[in-house]
Amino acid sequence: MNFKCNNMTTNDENDERRKFLKNIFTVGTGALAVGVGSVIAQETESSEKVATEKIKVLTTEGKVIEVDKPDNKCKTGSCNPAKGIEARKGIPGRSFVMVIDLARCKNARKCIEGCQKGHDLLPDQELMKVYLMKDNPESEPYWFPKNCFHCDNPPCVKVCPVGATFKRTDNVVLVDIDRCIGCKFCVSACPYSARIFNWTDKESYANNDSNYSPETSVPGQHGVVSKCDFCPDRSREGKLPYCASSCPMGAIYFGDKNEDAVTNGEETLRFKQLIKDRVGYRYLEELGTEPNVYYLPATNRMFPYERGLNDLSEEKKELLLNSISKNTH
Amino acid sequence: MDSNLEAKELLEQNISFIEPPNKKWIFKVFVLAIIIGVGLYALVLQVIKGHIITGMRDNVVWGVYIVNFVFVLGLSYAGALIAGIFHLGRVEWAKPLQRILKLITVFALIIGPFYILLCLGRPERLFNLFIYPRLQSPIIWDVTAIVTDLIFCIVYMYFTYIKDFALLRDITASSNLYSWRKKMYKFLAFGYQDIPEQRKLLNQALDIMAAIIIPTTIIAYSLLAWLFGMNLKVGWHSSIFGPFFVLSAVYSGVALLILIMWIYRKSQKLEKIFTDNHFIYLGFALMVLSLFYGYFYFSDYITDWYNMQKTYTILWDKYFDFSQYGIPFTISIFMVAFLPSIIIGIPWFRSVNSIAITAILALAGLWMMRYLMIVPVLETPYLPIQDIRETWVHYSATWIEWSLTLAGIALFTLFFVIVGKLAPIIPISEMLEKKEKNKVDSLNKSKLATSN
Repeated sequence: MNFKCNNMTTNDENDERRKFLKNIFTVGTGALAVGVGSVIAQETESSEKVATEKIKVLTTEGKVIEVDKPDNKCKTGSCNPAKGIEARKGIPGRSFVMVIDLARCKNARKCIEGCQKGHDLLPDQELMKVYLMKDNPESEPYWFPKNCFHCDNPPCVKVCPVGATFKRTDNVVLVDIDRCIGCKFCVSACPYSARIFNWTDKESYANNDSNYSPETSVPGQHGVVSKCDFCPDRSREGKLPYCASSCPMGAIYFGDKNEDAVTNGEETLRFKQLIKDRVGYRYLEELGTEPNVYYLPATNRMFPYERGLNDLSEEKKELLLNSISKNTH
Repeated sequence: MDSNLEAKELLEQNISFIEPPNKKWIFKVFVLAIIIGVGLYALVLQVIKGHIITGMRDNVVWGVYIVNFVFVLGLSYAGALIAGIFHLGRVEWAKPLQRILKLITVFALIIGPFYILLCLGRPERLFNLFIYPRLQSPIIWDVTAIVTDLIFCIVYMYFTYIKDFALLRDITASSNLYSWRKKMYKFLAFGYQDIPEQRKLLNQALDIMAAIIIPTTIIAYSLLAWLFGMNLKVGWHSSIFGPFFVLSAVYSGVALLILIMWIYRKSQKLEKIFTDNHFIYLGFALMVLSLFYGYFYFSDYITDWYNMQKTYTILWDKYFDFSQYGIPFTISIFMVAFLPSIIIGIPWFRSVNSIAITAILALAGLWMMRYLMIVPVLETPYLPIQDIRETWVHYSATWIEWSLTLAGIALFTLFFVIVGKLAPIIPISEMLEKKEKNKVDSLNKSKLATSN
């Protein structure tokens, strides 16, 4: 396993530290749950072997040997992602979960940029969105990063007529864009507006020679649905999703419910204890969709919400302030 | 032989279809073909450039196309449902309307599904619906319902045509019509000779088909309603959607029936067949349906409004805010729920022309109501849309969508123009039966009178 760092922070020292901690996350989550962790790690390895593609080469001695396909062509995403049935099954023993600490978010939008870079998206295609929210007229507004919640009872999967979108055993909800017919029913069915549609064809779809898998979501296609994929290809390699590793504030924790551990790259916490102590909640719990993304309320926050408005255009600023004054969702 | 003479008379008096195409007919076809051609051009552009050239975006993922889909299928199901009820109810005055109703059913059922194809980002992958179907999905329910209904409706329509084809075969045998037309009538008549056994069998088949078609259409249109109702969306997630859709379908079907009757009456001088009474009876049906529509709508609205749940309030405010959907909403709810009661309910306003114009306005209003049922709801998700791109927040259809909408109307009209040239637009044989039956009835009555 290799440990690349996709950190977007400019702080080198911080980078080093994060890299180190990330190693802990992958190899070590063991420190928290040794038994479970090692079993899962083994299983992860074996499933990765199945996924690796082999090619035959002729040696100088005239023997034909099988080696792993060279992966120098990949621009984004994993080079040898799980494909076909393997991609629909999920990583055995895993139960991925995300925790977003609203007290830390200052609308730096690095999660969006990291995700767009990793998934070869245009600047206007956001799989992760940051909303400005205000719960009631008296409360202070807060920034609300929102990706796909990878629900356990996903309304989008229910309505898909061809099974192009599916729920895996590791909690992840993915889209197989090779099968998607582009009916957009899932987009309208999702109560969290988590899905986007690829309205137009673009050159990078054709130029990107990545090995497509629902796990990597690259290269994209026109006329199909696109969504946050929880980056399971990176999980297989022991890396955090793009959004979590890009967040300069460490607001996004990603981990495994079975191991009871989540990490933002800097600190690794016990998931259950964290939700218990910080009164974590799930957005629109009453809809019964059973999301796998938890939020920690924006109490004792690190920055005033106005900080997040600084870098925005006047137009957007006005729109956001208008939105929170009118709609208190 | 007598009935043949009578039928020929009826045909010659009232219908010009037997004549070869004249310039006016060719001109009509030409104009319609141009409109369809523009639509096809728009379609090609959409396929090449992608859905970006339509007004649809990430929030409003379905626009005018799905409105047309719902509307056209509603017309179709209504045609079948009304025809079935008239047939089983043995409604004598409605016999001349049967053919139009069945043509509406089949043509709309052919055109409607095209609009759902236009919504697909990848229409070329449609076969995936048959390779990987998932029964949980309302789309699969809908596909099944439409296919089933299409088969039933075509069979039903054909059954009602058989007697007419037999008549035409007998009448045209000695005429100087093109031989391919004679052959066509002979083939389509299916060897029907109007002997008692055949007549009994056909009548039984018609009864059975009518009985099957009524529940089929109700189920099929409810399934379409659930395409929306099954979404966890404020404004759609309502148990009233199934019955409400069926009611609005019947309403729009009656309105279209009045419109088509009016066009034929005006253009082909069919006053004797589509009489004033037809307009008045159907006008009253239109009025009752409009009142029911108003009731259903109010019932849906009042339950949403009373408790003032946040997202419901945001949605309903859009309908009453004149800077948003206030104007179209007020106009269309007036045309749909109030206008028929005023024009048809008050005798002073009531005339064939006023009923027909009310029907046209109700039809337009119903289309608008469907638009207002779909677009504002999609613009009101649980999470606020915080996007500075105006086109991504508010939907407005582009010329691509409008031209394909017009192409659909043109195709529907073209079907009528062509079929009207090949076979009568009124069920002649059924009307003759009606006359015979009237004779029998009057004989029976006089017998009763004398015996008393």
